[in-house]
Amino acid sequence: MAEPSTLAIYRRLVAAQVRSQASYRASFALDLVSNVVFLGADLLAVLVVFYRVPVLGGFSLTDTLLVFGLSSLGFSLADLTVGNIDKMSRHVRTGLLDAVLIRPLGVLWQLLVLDVGVRRLGRVCSGVVVLVIAVRLAEVPVTPANLLLLVVTPLAGAVFFSAVFVATATVAFWWVDSGELTAALTYGGRDFTSYPMTVYGGWFRHLLAFGLGFGFVAYYPALVLLDRPDPLGGPAWLGWCGPLLAAVAAALAALVWRTGVRQYRSTGS
Amino acid sequence: MGFVTATADRLTIRNFIETVGIFRTLSSSGFRRFSTYRQATVAATATNTMFGFVRTYVMLAVAGSAVAAGGQVAGYDAPQLVTYVWAGQGLIGVVALWGWTELADRIRSGDVVTDLLRPVHPVLGYLLPDLGRAAYALLTRFVVPVAVGGLVFDMYLPQRAATYPLFAASVLLAVLVCFAGRFLVNAAGYWLLDTRGVLMGWAVCAGMLGGLYFPIRFLPDGLAAAVYLGTPFPSVLQIPLDVLVERDPPAGQLGLLGIQALWAGLLLTACVLVQRRAERRLVVQGG
Repeated sequence: MAEPSTLAIYRRLVAAQVRSQASYRASFALDLVSNVVFLGADLLAVLVVFYRVPVLGGFSLTDTLLVFGLSSLGFSLADLTVGNIDKMSRHVRTGLLDAVLIRPLGVLWQLLVLDVGVRRLGRVCSGVVVLVIAVRLAEVPVTPANLLLLVVTPLAGAVFFSAVFVATATVAFWWVDSGELTAALTYGGRDFTSYPMTVYGGWFRHLLAFGLGFGFVAYYPALVLLDRPDPLGGPAWLGWCGPLLAAVAAALAALVWRTGVRQYRSTGS
Repeated sequence: MGFVTATADRLTIRNFIETVGIFRTLSSSGFRRFSTYRQATVAATATNTMFGFVRTYVMLAVAGSAVAAGGQVAGYDAPQLVTYVWAGQGLIGVVALWGWTELADRIRSGDVVTDLLRPVHPVLGYLLPDLGRAAYALLTRFVVPVAVGGLVFDMYLPQRAATYPLFAASVLLAVLVCFAGRFLVNAAGYWLLDTRGVLMGWAVCAGMLGGLYFPIRFLPDGLAAAVYLGTPFPSVLQIPLDVLVERDPPAGQLGLLGIQALWAGLLLTACVLVQRRAERRLVVQGG
């Protein structure tokens, strides 16, 4: 019997997951809908704020929607592919990780396909819709450079958020019950990048926007698309730094992950 | 002692002192249990604090923009919104807004049978430890974000002495409403095999309509009123926060507490009814 290729194994694992989740029909449907509504909730928060005030941190509703659209599409792509790694602390606590470690497949990849978030597809779809509407409303000029940036930014954002997901999940290797801590930078990072950086003040902005690089996920690319100078005084080329930053983040996350796996000690349960 | 089955009458608790004893034991068990989850408490508190910063800056930008236009936002000024955000982040842990799947897990695994054999009604058997848990969260997960927020930002402190006891009552009612809501969505597990969708639906509604992402009063007035009266969610977070920041005069605060009490009564009754139906239907697989 021919051995299936590694890729084929992963494909089978994902297919099995999709089938198992979709078999509880009522729950799966509700789950898909809830995920669409979840993005709706974030979007609603932006709309409700602008129902009360005309500008936020010097940005109008349409400009803010563009920032929001870039951020949420990038995040939902990351959430779809690596989002379930946030259950890492449960895997460590229950000892599931031990089982994963002895199988002849990549540890991270196995964990990712273990509970693949098919239901999160809803979020990606609504993310695309929101971004397209935002681009139209903000009247972004259709130039080759802008189109390229519109494709590259969510992808770079996805890689960046994936790196954040993996790096924060690694904390569970040292700190078993870290549970919600990952949400501080993953979901917290998404919320942070959903608004123009001008909203935030002082050291908090410096730390998150520049120190951790969240400012390059949506804000700076949006400034280029809107053809607006940065109220914070940054040069225009910052808008193109997303992919570079994503690559750095991914490399760092891989390093942290490897260190974590290498020194992993089972909880014994 | 008689023969006990899930659907037969439960053992009657003999006297008042014994009842008080059971109440105390069960609720302190919740307190002690959660006080052992130290890492989880620190992690959750840190996360709430991070979200506190993001939301505060957004709300301050909103208030700044409103002041520039010459007014308040929906009756809140900047310090009130700061208090609103940080106390809200603290209350998430106190009411345990999300993530409680204990009952659903026990239904799925069949462990729920044990709950039915106890001489305490299952709803009470879950509620009392939950009150203990809430008390522990009040001392940790509520205090820390509020202190951080108070140190970094200009916060609104209640001006009327009566607000403090009203807030305490409102938090207690919020814990009851939230518990009942969580119990009901978990109890869906008696009928559905996979409760993920229902739990997710609860998480979305509780956050959005509970006033976590934005105060519900930011909505157009008619819509806000409909959400307050027509759904239990504002009773979970929004109302205690409104009471705390004195968004309304004393009479208004009492009215809000009335809404909470109504929802608490309604939902807890629903819990008892749902539990009764579920017990008639439950078949536990042996093995």
